[in-house]
Amino acid sequence: MLRLEGIGKRFGGLTALSGITFSVIEGSITGIIGPNGAGKTTLFNVATGIYPPSEGAVLLGEKNISALPPERRARIGLVRTFQNIELFGKMTVLENVMVGLHTQSKCGFLACSLRMPWQMSEERRIREKALEWLDFVGIPDLADVEAGALPFGKGRLLEIARAMALEPKILLMDEPAAGLNSRETAELAELIKKIRDLGVTVALVEHDMDLVMDICDQIVVLNLGTMLAQGTPREIQENPEVIAAYLGESED
Amino acid sequence: MELLQFVISGLATGSIYALIGLSFAIIFNSTGIINFAQGEFVMLGGVLTICAITLLKLPLLAAILAAVAGTTLVGIIFERFAIRPLKNATPLSLIIITIGASILIRGVVMLLFGKDTQALPAFSGTTPIEVGSATLLPQHLWIFGVTILVIIGSRLFFHHTITGKAMRACSFNRRAASLVGISVWRMVLLSFVISSALGSLAGVIIAPLTMTAYDVGVMLGLKGFCAAIMGGMGSGLGTVLGGLILGILESLGAGLLSSGYKDAIAFFILLLILFVRPQGLFKKGETERV
Amino acid sequence: MAKKKKVALKSDKIKFLVFCLVVLLAPLPFAKGYLSNVLIFVGVNSMLALGLNLLLGYAGQISLGQAAFFGLGAYGSGVLTTQFTMNPWLAMVLVAVSVALFAFLIGFPVLKLKGHYLAMATLGVGIIANIAFNETVDLTGGPSGLSGIPNLSIGGFTFDNDLKNYYLVWGFALVAILLSLNLVNSRVGRGLRAIHDSEVAARVMGVNARIMKVQVFTFSALISALAGSLYAHVVTFISPTSFSFAVSVELLTMVVIGGLGSVYGSILGALLLTLLPELLRAFQDFDIIVYGLLLISMTIYLPGGLVRGIPELFRRLVPARRGNA
Ligand SMILES: Nc1ncnc2c1ncn2[C@@H]1O[C@H](COP(=O)(O)OP(=O)(O)OP(=O)(O)O)[C@@H](O)[C@H]1O
Ligand SMILES: [Mg+2]
Repeated sequence: MLRLEGIGKRFGGLTALSGITFSVIEGSITGIIGPNGAGKTTLFNVATGIYPPSEGAVLLGEKNISALPPERRARIGLVRTFQNIELFGKMTVLENVMVGLHTQSKCGFLACSLRMPWQMSEERRIREKALEWLDFVGIPDLADVEAGALPFGKGRLLEIARAMALEPKILLMDEPAAGLNSRETAELAELIKKIRDLGVTVALVEHDMDLVMDICDQIVVLNLGTMLAQGTPREIQENPEVIAAYLGESED
Repeated sequence: MELLQFVISGLATGSIYALIGLSFAIIFNSTGIINFAQGEFVMLGGVLTICAITLLKLPLLAAILAAVAGTTLVGIIFERFAIRPLKNATPLSLIIITIGASILIRGVVMLLFGKDTQALPAFSGTTPIEVGSATLLPQHLWIFGVTILVIIGSRLFFHHTITGKAMRACSFNRRAASLVGISVWRMVLLSFVISSALGSLAGVIIAPLTMTAYDVGVMLGLKGFCAAIMGGMGSGLGTVLGGLILGILESLGAGLLSSGYKDAIAFFILLLILFVRPQGLFKKGETERV
Repeated sequence: MAKKKKVALKSDKIKFLVFCLVVLLAPLPFAKGYLSNVLIFVGVNSMLALGLNLLLGYAGQISLGQAAFFGLGAYGSGVLTTQFTMNPWLAMVLVAVSVALFAFLIGFPVLKLKGHYLAMATLGVGIIANIAFNETVDLTGGPSGLSGIPNLSIGGFTFDNDLKNYYLVWGFALVAILLSLNLVNSRVGRGLRAIHDSEVAARVMGVNARIMKVQVFTFSALISALAGSLYAHVVTFISPTSFSFAVSVELLTMVVIGGLGSVYGSILGALLLTLLPELLRAFQDFDIIVYGLLLISMTIYLPGGLVRGIPELFRRLVPARRGNA
């Protein structure tokens, strides 16, 4: 589905990523773990086109998408959520999701300013769609709240609803469980499985090991910008290098 | 040769643009703010000096000192009451606020000192000095001298004093700077002090050549900004070179093409650089640090 | 929920109709007087402020060069109708289209810039335009201005007095307001607001930020150019000072005072800032001091502008009274 080939990224003198190569298999959940500053978020930024890679290529299906801007990647099904939630704070929850439906509607400047009949019906359609996605993540009652006023956990759910509204082929989630309590995390795990069951391939960065081990089919471990290991949760848990570099460290 | 004459006057105005450019860069580097009121500091320098001479009957040197001090005070008040109250300000609100300050300062000066264009007497007479086929005014020498002194002084300050180094540290990384115990707010205030003093000084030394009035700040400020952009918003030689190039181009353009479009030249250059090389003329490669 | 939205839509419509009614009746008390003259300029300024607000308040992109588009509209119509005796309506359309095209073309490089750099670039465009108005003396008359611009007329009906011009200008303004209201509550409007809040997130959601910014820039230039044409035909004499940097700043002040990101806020701002200089006439030139103070204090203390600030104040006062009772 998504394939990263020899991705490297440098910021001035700092090498944030080098030689990252792995595939995310269609229909699976892939976890990307690694200590703080390992380069996980940078990897997502490169994958979604926010940063150009210094070297390497990003492939979606068979297609090399390295040169596409983020909005084009979104249109062909590559969507993400953010580590520090990036909601449209001054818009309502519903409107946030409606922005997610941007690619599935097409009324332009003229049709919108003249309020053409087909624009009205398109508007109705995406409004209903947006409500369905709010329902899907379990916050339909918050539709009219200003997104900036949401509590953190609900904000995360809204980000997921907004991303799902694009009906992505692959969804990248950057630390979806950060800042959630244990009940919310459990609900999140269910939600992610539900997303996978819709046929969406998922890749997530996460520090919550229980969550990762529970839901992921494949895990990639990054450390200091390089790939340390790749395998099933079981293999990763038993990999001595990983234990030394990562799991060991978190026990300190 | 007329050309030499154009180059001389270009170098003189270019020096002024360089000084103003440096004063832009100092605030930008410590705060990330492009101060739209910067030109008003320049205007204040000239206008306040004239006032000190005519109203307070001060001798020239004392008048200049008073004007620079007065402008600096305005800079401090500005920072304290317009910039500091806004924590976590967006670039947009900072732009609006500094524009507000700019027209406020201009308006007050107009109200207090009137709309007339006034000239400051030249510092040491107006007997021209022959340089080959061209002439040089004593005031030109003053401008070159002051500019060179300022460049050397700021180099020494930013690279060889503790305070100067602390200010540079702030510009690289504010959070890290505050972690090692540098008071960021003090540095911001200091940058306003230095910048307004520098701007007003530029305004004082140019006033005998070009006359001054309450509304000269806009153009001078914008051209100084243009110089700073050419130099990549650094507080070093790039900005100085930018200012000189701009000054010469302008003077040549005015002399050889048409004086009416003189001011447009600076803005064409400004747009060209913003579109093509936003990192400035002399910096190489992109530095994508966020 | 859906019902709620319908109610909201309906109340939007009612609001607009009430507004139209107010506009329609406003000049009646002073039909012949001086005020309806001022109210014409409120209309022109409303269009200009609205154009800027779409760009700045919704899409979050600043422009300090709006006066350039205003001036291009005015001079375009003025020059074509006086020097080339073109039909004013044809000239108006031609000019509006050309200015929009111009904005579209410069929009790509200009709107690639952000924040301060964008502000400076648009300012540069504005100043270059103003220099051009001053220097192309053969066409524009230079600093001494261009006179003899004809009033507009349809068939035998000429817009030759304040009241007629008032309805002419406000007719255009109301259309601009209606289109803008439609726009901001649509897919495009949401895209623009999303760009304002977080450009990165908007792009990741598939919003083509670059194109959208250029589109709204073009639209705002178009409204400004139309306002310029109307202005030229109403006052019949134009000079470069009406399209200077100071005017761009004045427009900025209108938008900030009325309310960034509010269509009606733009109108309120235009109204206040057009009337203010008239009220301050006693203290000549006092106005820029007031503008300066307003820009600073509004940004610090009332960033939502008056349209949001006044209802806020009411809400704070009313429960307090109830509490006492
Ligand atoms: N825009 C940037 N400019 C310069 N350096 C950057 C930039 N973005 C990231 N970095 C650096 O790249 C490295 C990797 O950062 P990244 O955010 O990808 O880590 P991460 O694995 O997501 O960490 P965390 O678990 O804390 O989220 C860090 O050293 C960071 O400072
Ligand atoms: Mg991260």
